[in-house]
Amino acid sequence: MGSEKGLRKIIKEWEEGPVAKTLAKFPERKEQFETLSGIPVDRLYSPSEKALKDYGPELGFPGMFPFTRGVQPTMYRGRFWTMRQYSGFATAKETNERFKFLLDQGQTGLSIAFDLPTQIGYDSDNPLAQGEVGKVGVAIDSLADMELLFDGIPLDKVSTSMTINAPAAILLAMYIAVGEKQGVPMNKLRGTIQNDILKEYVARGTWVFGPNPSMRITTDIMEYCAKNLPLWNPLSISGYHIREAGSTAIQEIAFTLLNGMAYVQAGVDSGLDVDSFAPRLSFFFSAHNDILEEVAKFRAARRMWARLMRERIGAKDPRSWKLRFHTQTAGCSLTAQQPVNNVVRVAYQALAAILGGTQSLHTNSMDEALCLPTEDAVRVALRTQQILAHESGIVNTIDPLGGSYYVESLTNQLEEKAYKYFDQVESMGGVIRAIEKGFFQREIAESAYKYQLEIDAEQRTVVGVNDFIIEGEELKLPVLQVDKEIECHQVERVKLGRRKRDNKKVLEYLDDLRKVSKGTENVMPSVLKAVRAHATVGEIMHVWREVYGEWNQPKVL
Amino acid sequence: MPATKLVKGVLKGNRRDLARLITLIENEHSSAATALSMLYKHTGNAHIVGVTGPPGSGKSTLVTRITAKYRKRSKTIGIVCVDPSSPFTGGALLGDRIRMQEHSLDKDVYVRSMSTRGHLGGLARATSDAVRVMDAFGKDIVIVETVGAGQSEVQVVEVAHTVIVVDVPGAGDDIQAIKAGIMEIADIFVVNKADYPGADKKVTEINAMLDLDSRERSWRPPVLVTNALTGDGIPELVDMIGKHMSYLQETGLLKQKGLQRSRDELEQIMEYKLTKELFTRLRGTPEYEQAIKKIAGRNDDPYSVAERLIAEFLTSVRG
Amino acid sequence: MSSSKKIRVLVAKPGLDGHDRGAKIVARALRDAGMEVIYTGLRQTPEMIVEAAISEDVNVIGMSILSGAHNALFPKVIDLLKAEGVDNILVIGGGIIPQDDVPALKAAGIAEVFGPGTPLAEIVGYIESNVKL
Ligand code: B12
Ligand SMILES: Nc1nc2c(ncn2[C@@H]2O[C@H](COP(=O)(O)OP(=O)(O)OP(=O)(O)O)[C@@H](O)[C@H]2O)c(=O)[nH]1
Ligand SMILES: [Mg+2]
Repeated sequence: MGSEKGLRKIIKEWEEGPVAKTLAKFPERKEQFETLSGIPVDRLYSPSEKALKDYGPELGFPGMFPFTRGVQPTMYRGRFWTMRQYSGFATAKETNERFKFLLDQGQTGLSIAFDLPTQIGYDSDNPLAQGEVGKVGVAIDSLADMELLFDGIPLDKVSTSMTINAPAAILLAMYIAVGEKQGVPMNKLRGTIQNDILKEYVARGTWVFGPNPSMRITTDIMEYCAKNLPLWNPLSISGYHIREAGSTAIQEIAFTLLNGMAYVQAGVDSGLDVDSFAPRLSFFFSAHNDILEEVAKFRAARRMWARLMRERIGAKDPRSWKLRFHTQTAGCSLTAQQPVNNVVRVAYQALAAILGGTQSLHTNSMDEALCLPTEDAVRVALRTQQILAHESGIVNTIDPLGGSYYVESLTNQLEEKAYKYFDQVESMGGVIRAIEKGFFQREIAESAYKYQLEIDAEQRTVVGVNDFIIEGEELKLPVLQVDKEIECHQVERVKLGRRKRDNKKVLEYLDDLRKVSKGTENVMPSVLKAVRAHATVGEIMHVWREVYGEWNQPKVL
Repeated sequence: MPATKLVKGVLKGNRRDLARLITLIENEHSSAATALSMLYKHTGNAHIVGVTGPPGSGKSTLVTRITAKYRKRSKTIGIVCVDPSSPFTGGALLGDRIRMQEHSLDKDVYVRSMSTRGHLGGLARATSDAVRVMDAFGKDIVIVETVGAGQSEVQVVEVAHTVIVVDVPGAGDDIQAIKAGIMEIADIFVVNKADYPGADKKVTEINAMLDLDSRERSWRPPVLVTNALTGDGIPELVDMIGKHMSYLQETGLLKQKGLQRSRDELEQIMEYKLTKELFTRLRGTPEYEQAIKKIAGRNDDPYSVAERLIAEFLTSVRG
Repeated sequence: MSSSKKIRVLVAKPGLDGHDRGAKIVARALRDAGMEVIYTGLRQTPEMIVEAAISEDVNVIGMSILSGAHNALFPKVIDLLKAEGVDNILVIGGGIIPQDDVPALKAAGIAEVFGPGTPLAEIVGYIESNVKL
């Protein structure tokens, strides 16, 4: 390119191509967009005629390779991001009520937080679950709980994201089964399972099996979804937890994209055509404090993924090149001290996510460092998104920071520095080996420690914590506490469920699953059968624990 | 509490006393030597197995697996795992236990983490005494995991009857291959992580290195292949550890090594005591400081001063 | 007595909680303060923690919970220690612990509870002045 004519040409191509196509299907929210003072706002602002060099290959246009400026041709002029607050506590009943409250408040997608026993595959009556049932998420033991969770919520009307990893296949199967009962076929189901086990080893801690069996289950799910759930994202490759465990922005995108490559490679190695599953891969990042670095990070990640998928993997379908992502604001930046200040932090972080072109967003609540969010706190968090969408004006044009000297330079630098990790990990023999050695974990722990030392040394200011302190501050926010009785109640419920079902059938299906799991057939159909017969999460996971054994962490410190 | 009070408990099988005695030894408590001398006659029964190899090669995982196997055969186990101390602060992070927690509720498995406390050679100064206390406690097998070894961490050979050197299949330039120094101390080689490509190649390489070794010996270290995650190769390894012990016994090497060890140990203790005695007397005295100043000012030389001070020391001891 | 005494600390993650950023940071800070820190990793039962504390003859047990299971798990560790007749170990905790829960935990025998935003030097200082060697 490099000439005025060239730029005009490519803009025309973009407008007549992707934009026209999108507009035909999804018209923009308004005919005309304007600023608060009435100045018309264009869809996209491009470099001055003088600064054209490299524009095309490095930035491209929204919806066009390499997607630096966004994955859709019209972005928020067409539709806002999905507002999706992560929530879950106590039993299915309480969480169902919270879901309905959020939908009432204008939330546009659901996101389930499961309790730790569910995430690690223990039923509520397992001794290891004692004291943890329903505490930090909803307890789901069997299909009966899942039905209750979606009582009165038609699955063809919502998209649902489930933060579930080692038992992802089981919870997906339960969702399918609930859909069946509601009369919604699986090809209509929309949503995401996190299903990203690699980052569990690295940063999140709800691993159960080792990398090899886990990757096998993951690829089974990808294959099953590609064939049966065309609207489902079978994997949400997550940098959020890596960042929250203490990484830098560079490490966040490097490790996440490395993990992403590992999944793609696993899929390809298992014989799948990359373009059959890659378009449904999705991502999950953090929006931390440094607004412009975060914007640059999202842009860099998009460009990197596009190139990796096209050039390294050889994916042909442009949809396979697109990095679509969910964002959550950085919980670790929020403080227990002067918690109302958190509203401000979250607003800035959400701003970064939108300027960075996210597809969906969770905004943390001001009581983040105290407890699971109360209704009042989560409402403010959701309102923050609504204010950005409806009042701020940043949604009226695409990638408004594109072309900023600073943002473009940061984008390039983040990309360059992230690629350095690619070389390093390759020389270690790949992602899984690096994880087994504790390489990612150690890098993250180093960054986290450094960050903390900087705060302690007051080289880094945290308002309300190491500066601008209120002496003798007393906590004024109400704290959500999960009732102790919940656990007894859920324990009774799972026991009752085991008495009421056809246990012969359950055993038979579990046996079948054991056989399939030892072999090479896709595990999903067997899981689905077991789930329909009300086999519990713990029982199914137990079969896999027997077949696959359990993983343990390497020494990292 | 003086160490001597714990001896009875240790001999009776009290875990807590065992743990506390090891602490006193690590801290060089004044009563520790007496306690050790009281325990000495109860030692010499355990088979001491050393496990060494590069960082992350799977030593701890192997130790856990070996332990499980021995437990099936009703053997009682003591484990010492050594991690380096920070040269700057003297503190340490001891993390091998993470991988051994599956035995933590088994009263017949005792795991102790130890910092090198600045000591070089792959072990802590107190490691061999800790092993001895576990031996006296009645552990059938005592396993010592060294710090992740480069090439000079070979001291485990002075403590263990059987030294296992662990290596892994190559993985590009990052891998820290075991170095010659470590190769020489192996009684058994293990190529762990057999699930990764290149295990066979590694075996061939090690065998080739062994072929080059011209020393006369009747035990050629076998090279075994394991997958510590699945347990493949572990029964063979445990059998081989037993075979090595039988070999030591049958050839009389065990006795011979025992003699050599007793000699080394006696000499080490004497050397340590003597120097300690010497320096407690010298350090801080005006004469000593004066002599050092003279040497530094080239008014005297360290050779003659050393002669003179030692002679004076010996006379004073005799007197 | 002796010059080479070291404070030995067990840093443990009881229960199913996977939040280990704080525990790892605290472990490093204690190491950098010259202590010997044994880290058990995730998913420890109270029984495992007590057993490790005894075997390792630690002076301090530091537990970290951010998942709300502290009321069930912290006191259990204290009970097991008592049952073993151990009374010389300083037991402290940290993480997301609501203010309202702290008095009961202290009454149960947790010496101190440290919440988010605590400077590491405060934790080091607390241990140094309260440990029984
Ligand atoms: C980071 C984070 C994560 C990361 C964890 C990464 C990691 N490897 O650690 C990720 C994103 C993975 C995560 C996941 C989850 N999280 Co989270 N997370 C947080 C967050 C934002 C910050 C915690 C943190 O690391 N802070 C930084 C460190 C340095 O501080 P710290 O741990 O508090 O440690 C300090 C003190 O507490 C103390 N301390 C801590 N431990 C110890 C130990 C000793 C011995 C001592 C002396 C002191 C001490 O000293 C430290 C230094 O000051 C908190 C909210 C918040 N702002 O605190 C939520 C929070 C803890 N998470 C929460 C939840 C619910 C979860 C999930 C369970 C959600 C779900 N249902 O899936 C998951 C599951 C995780 C799991 N496996 O257990 C809730 C817990 C609610 C509750 N207890 O009632 C919180 C409070 C957020 C919220 N309000 O909802 N989380
Ligand atoms: N794939 C595979 N991984 C293994 C095997 N054995 C151990 N590992 C993994 O290698 C990593 C390191 O294992 P450890 O047992 O901690 O190794 P180590 O030699 O004790 O490590 P240091 O004590 O840190 O030197 C862990 O992630 C283990 O799960 C194996 O046979 N195959
Ligand atoms: Mg180890």
